[in-house]
Amino acid sequence: MSAHAKKTVSRPHRAATACLAAALVASVAAPAALAQDFGNQIKARQGLMRVQAANLGVLAAMVRGNAPYDAETARVAAANLAATGTIDQRFFWPEGSALTDAENTRALPEIWEDYADFVAEKEKFTAATVALQAAADSGLDALGPALRGVGQSCGSCHEKYQQSR
Amino acid sequence: MRRFFLVMVLLLSAGGGVAWWLSTPGTLSAAEIATLEAHRPDPADGARVFHAAGCASCHTAPEATADASSGGDTRPILAGGRRLDSDFGTFVSPNISPDPTHGLGAWSLAEFAAAMRLGVDPDGQHYYPSFPYTAYSHMTAADISDLWAFLQTLPPSDRGNTPNEIAFPFSIRRGIGLWKWRYKTDDWVAAAPSETLDRGRYLVEALGHCAECHTPRDQFGGLVKARWMGGAPNPSGRGRIPNITPSALTWSADDIAYYLETGFTPDYDSAGGTMASVVRNLAQLPASDRDAIAAYIKGLAPVADLDG
Repeated sequence: MSAHAKKTVSRPHRAATACLAAALVASVAAPAALAQDFGNQIKARQGLMRVQAANLGVLAAMVRGNAPYDAETARVAAANLAATGTIDQRFFWPEGSALTDAENTRALPEIWEDYADFVAEKEKFTAATVALQAAADSGLDALGPALRGVGQSCGSCHEKYQQSR
Repeated sequence: MRRFFLVMVLLLSAGGGVAWWLSTPGTLSAAEIATLEAHRPDPADGARVFHAAGCASCHTAPEATADASSGGDTRPILAGGRRLDSDFGTFVSPNISPDPTHGLGAWSLAEFAAAMRLGVDPDGQHYYPSFPYTAYSHMTAADISDLWAFLQTLPPSDRGNTPNEIAFPFSIRRGIGLWKWRYKTDDWVAAAPSETLDRGRYLVEALGHCAECHTPRDQFGGLVKARWMGGAPNPSGRGRIPNITPSALTWSADDIAYYLETGFTPDYDSAGGTMASVVRNLAQLPASDRDAIAAYIKGLAPVADLDG
């Protein structure tokens, strides 16, 4: 019986139960069929990184001289970045949601070979954004190096766990 | 019939003789060695060469990357041991730390220069071109001498080398001499009509060896110069190394320089995979060097994407 057939059941709670059952069956029976099943998790982590990118862009524009430095703008962008660092991402990275099994992701399967190290990389980002938040509204001279520290934490994780384009 | 065999034997042995002669490992001339030794080496300048040439990316042990946050000795330990997959087998990077037994500690400057310029080890054997001497052979004598001085300042490692895993016939090192005769050249690829472009070309073509990943290879592993920087399959087998010629990369020179410094793309994604380690190296160069690389990339001949 396919997941598709189950989804035609009309009552919402039964549909949900059936979907869950179908997902459980699929997770045991057919790993290849999982390709689409992590779509929400992949969108969530990519969405989080887009939120980070949008705030990094605001700060980098000032550091690069493409926008005038404004302490309040820098403070807000740094606070947003630091907020993303406090999110526990455990639900976004289910095993098998790497590019080898799932679509629309550059996540490498090495993430699950040493998941504790992956979490430690995320903690480096959190620490870098805390430092950024402390520095952001005290001028460009403080913002530049702090932003570079955040960039290094991005690269440190992506080097091991993200396929380059 | 006997005459036919005689002619065949003569032709084959003549061919073999030519191949043997062409595949002879080179040696540096006395004049080249004199030029190298006349330079007064500066390890600080050598550090700049080291970062631009990306030595640490392949020669630091995968488990021993320096971590600045630990507050300890952050000098790279060039113990080697990184595996590089290719169509010809797996190469394992050697120990190039100053350890006299397991690294380069007992080498002379001339032996080091022969490795960089000619791709020949102190025993007179060819190195595989996984060691990018096709690029490094363009290095100036001063840069080789400074780099040699800088390497002496790094910590020694007693890690023994791991053999490459290369299948026959590529396991015959002498054959690399024929490969060099076909692919190793003193010529530059791009023109350099300004001082900035000249520096950029030196950083990209001689030190950074960017083309090793960004340019596709033919069936013998030689770079296809007609598709210079036009993108190539990723040697890891996953995905592609991007086309960075102007037909595919539309970033401004300022965007490229900022990316090389921070890893941030214009939409604030951050460089991943092996490019992250390239960024870590290039971040340590003066801004003028990153600007020169960006100018070179903007000036590349456009190469169309193969799949549109």
